[in-house]
Amino acid sequence: MELGNIEKILEKYFEATATVDEERTLRAYFSQDEVAPHLEQYKPMFNYFSIAKEEKYTKQVPLKPRVNYYKWLSVAAAVVLTFGIYFGNQYQETKRLEQEQAEYAYEETVKAFELLAENFNRGTEKVAYLNEFEEAKQKIYNNN
Amino acid sequence: MKQTEFLNVVLPFQDKLYRLAKRLLVSREEAEDATQEILLKLWSKNESMEKYKNVEAFAMTMTKNFCLDRLKSKQAGNLKLVHSNYTDGNSSLQKQLEAEDSVSWMERIMEDLPEQQKMILQLRDVEQYEFDEICELMDMKPTAVRVALSRARKTVREELIKKHNYGIG
Repeated sequence: MELGNIEKILEKYFEATATVDEERTLRAYFSQDEVAPHLEQYKPMFNYFSIAKEEKYTKQVPLKPRVNYYKWLSVAAAVVLTFGIYFGNQYQETKRLEQEQAEYAYEETVKAFELLAENFNRGTEKVAYLNEFEEAKQKIYNNN
Repeated sequence: MKQTEFLNVVLPFQDKLYRLAKRLLVSREEAEDATQEILLKLWSKNESMEKYKNVEAFAMTMTKNFCLDRLKSKQAGNLKLVHSNYTDGNSSLQKQLEAEDSVSWMERIMEDLPEQQKMILQLRDVEQYEFDEICELMDMKPTAVRVALSRARKTVREELIKKHNYGIG
């Protein structure tokens, strides 16, 4: 690349009218070891731009967790739900059995009390005879 | 969109995002955090990402806005803490040390540019974006972009000539 041409492009460069291709030519020119002495001062500028483009982003971005989180959340919810239904049913079942047993026990007790009451009633009937005897005895005493 | 697909879309330009972030935020850690933030934001939108015809331009705009917000909040937060005397002395010492290295010298020159010029110079001279792409990204008119770019390049030139005349390099 002839020097005159470079100077022309350089002028356009500082007026910001050079195209991307022309600017590439400039960078290529200034990346050489041999540069015209009066243009030496621009060398660091163009070299710097080439160096600056080398910089890389090296950090790893943690993208995964967010997705996994929701997936496992639904799994956990499903597990909790099935366990809940299973053990819930079992609980209901035992409760129902208990209730039945309690009712049975109550009925039996009532029966037992009824039996007792019947026997007591039979006892009072017999005492009624005794009352009769007492009355008769009283009449006799009164008459005398 | 699957994770691998997403990475394939993002891979070609994630370095550009990082370089733009670093140009604006200067610190490497800050730039890495910003890039990660942008990539995660993109990932969270990956359902709607196919609708954007140019994901790269979209991501670059996001990075630009994110970093500018970041700078604004950082400046506001730092006002109370920074003593101007202290930082002045420190930075001139640092400048002297760094003057030996032309790359860090250039870095320092670009650091001192206004943010808009910094970004345009980064997009054009480092990433070789076309003018219409820069216009869209920066939300500026073509003439305004050219003026800003020309101004930025001339400032860099002047600083370099100054340094050349000092004979430090």
